[in-house]
Amino acid sequence: MKDILKALEADPKTTPDQLATMTGKSVTEIKQTIAKAEKDGTIVKYKTVINWPKAGEPEVDALIEVKVQPQKDFGFEAIAEQIYRFAEVRSAYLASGTYDLALIVTGKTMQDVATFVTHKLSPIDGVQGTATHFLMKRYKEDNVIYDDNDGIARLVITP
Amino acid sequence: MADKSHNFISRRAKNIPPSGIRKFFDLSEGVKDIISLGVGEPDYVTPWNISDAAISSIRKGHTMYTSNYGLLELRQELSRHLYKLYGVGYDPDKEIIVTSGASEALDIAMRAIIDPGDEVIVGDPTYVAYIPCITMPGGIPVPVPTCMDDDFEMKASEIEKRITPKTKAILLNNPNNPTGAVIKKDELLKIAALVKEHNLVVISDEIYDQLVYDGAHTCFASLPGMKTHTITIGGFSKSYAMTGWRVGYICAPDEIIEAIMKIHQYIMMCAPIMSQIGAIEALKNGDDTVAEMVADYNRRRRTIVAGLNNIGLECHDPKGAFYAFPSITSTGLTCDEFAEKLLVEQHVVVVPGTVFGQCGAGHVRCCYAVALPDIEEALVRMGRFVKKYGG
Ligand SMILES: Cc1ncc(COP(=O)(O)O)c(C=O)c1O
Repeated sequence: MKDILKALEADPKTTPDQLATMTGKSVTEIKQTIAKAEKDGTIVKYKTVINWPKAGEPEVDALIEVKVQPQKDFGFEAIAEQIYRFAEVRSAYLASGTYDLALIVTGKTMQDVATFVTHKLSPIDGVQGTATHFLMKRYKEDNVIYDDNDGIARLVITP
Repeated sequence: MADKSHNFISRRAKNIPPSGIRKFFDLSEGVKDIISLGVGEPDYVTPWNISDAAISSIRKGHTMYTSNYGLLELRQELSRHLYKLYGVGYDPDKEIIVTSGASEALDIAMRAIIDPGDEVIVGDPTYVAYIPCITMPGGIPVPVPTCMDDDFEMKASEIEKRITPKTKAILLNNPNNPTGAVIKKDELLKIAALVKEHNLVVISDEIYDQLVYDGAHTCFASLPGMKTHTITIGGFSKSYAMTGWRVGYICAPDEIIEAIMKIHQYIMMCAPIMSQIGAIEALKNGDDTVAEMVADYNRRRRTIVAGLNNIGLECHDPKGAFYAFPSITSTGLTCDEFAEKLLVEQHVVVVPGTVFGQCGAGHVRCCYAVALPDIEEALVRMGRFVKKYGG
């Protein structure tokens, strides 16, 4: 099971045939395992990581810290949902420490992100304060290190 | 006087045959889109916690020689590690030397035990450094053939046939480079019986000990009565992806270690201190990363073995290391022709089996410590190649 998930995490395009070879299991068994993992939410989604600026699509990301007032009976859940439903919010986390919610917000320009904060996020009842950190360089995302090649190569043949 | 008449080069150096792999560097020069299955090292870079430990140690000024034996903490960790994995107890004070790679360990172990004319039994095919390490101190290599029908396992019965009054030692490589073979415990026990009967030394190169895919590795020294007959050699290059660090080790009874130390102290003094510090971190906090790498190698292993068999290159199931050693006789080519033409026509590098000994004829070594998509692409190209020649 772990073997199959690891292979799919590394490359979601791996076919059941390939997975069967890699793990020494039958194709039927692989398909059943995957179907079950998809159904019970172990496999959340098959995702493609894209370097958008490289595709000529400018993109600005910001990490936004949000301090909120938890609500009676709902705690943080209701207000968190009110926030993470916005399409601009790519990721949202409840965090311990000096603030409560951590958001990754994406826009085409800095202005887009600023407008989101001033017009949509801050006016929400219960949002007590925000701190916006624009992300200036992406080094690593979802285990992938960007530009991870400084030209050091293995020799083509060694004993 | 012409330069040649100086005759500066020793007979010993002249007698070392040229390496069979050099020409592949020239052939691959400038070729784009090469996929190399010709390597003998992991494609992973060293786990970051190991690199980080070494880098901080340099910052703190740990840049001196260490004890000739190596850092005591590293020897203590090694002792614990080998006891935990194999139940064999080596005293960190007098039974372990940290070396500059298993390479140095092999050399000094041979020099410490071989007198001119002593015979050393060694598998064929075998790791390229073994024969020179035997012949340089004047030993005589006695090859023991292994074959695909036995999954290239070295057999006690074949060893026994070659034991003479001059036999001093058996050099074991388990798991094996280039075949990926693992010698099973029952066979090792039979070898142990011969060792006892004929009072031999075993140099057991177990550098791939943690890269086994089917059951557990058996450390030769852990077999009953074998510790006193065994020089265990290991290293960090393969299991921890640390080939460039040059750190390995040698464990043996104190009497043998004392003799080996006499050589080590003059030719090497000590292994690089930063590498030793990295090795301590590897032993302390490396188990999880090793397990992940092994699981990953195993997926690639199954992919390449199935793939090779599919395209018509018969391949046994290699149970250790990171090499597949398929037969290429279905193409009608020699292994040299195969490797050369495959590189020139399909831009895939493999190593001809004869580089590792006569019994490697008809095979090539394919390393699968290579990214999966590259393995798949290499298999496609090799499939085209086999079709063309195999008909
Ligand atoms: C069987 C065997 N022994 C020893 C070595 C040398 O290892 P090290 O990097 O520790 O010198 C290798 C490396 O390829 C090997 O395959």
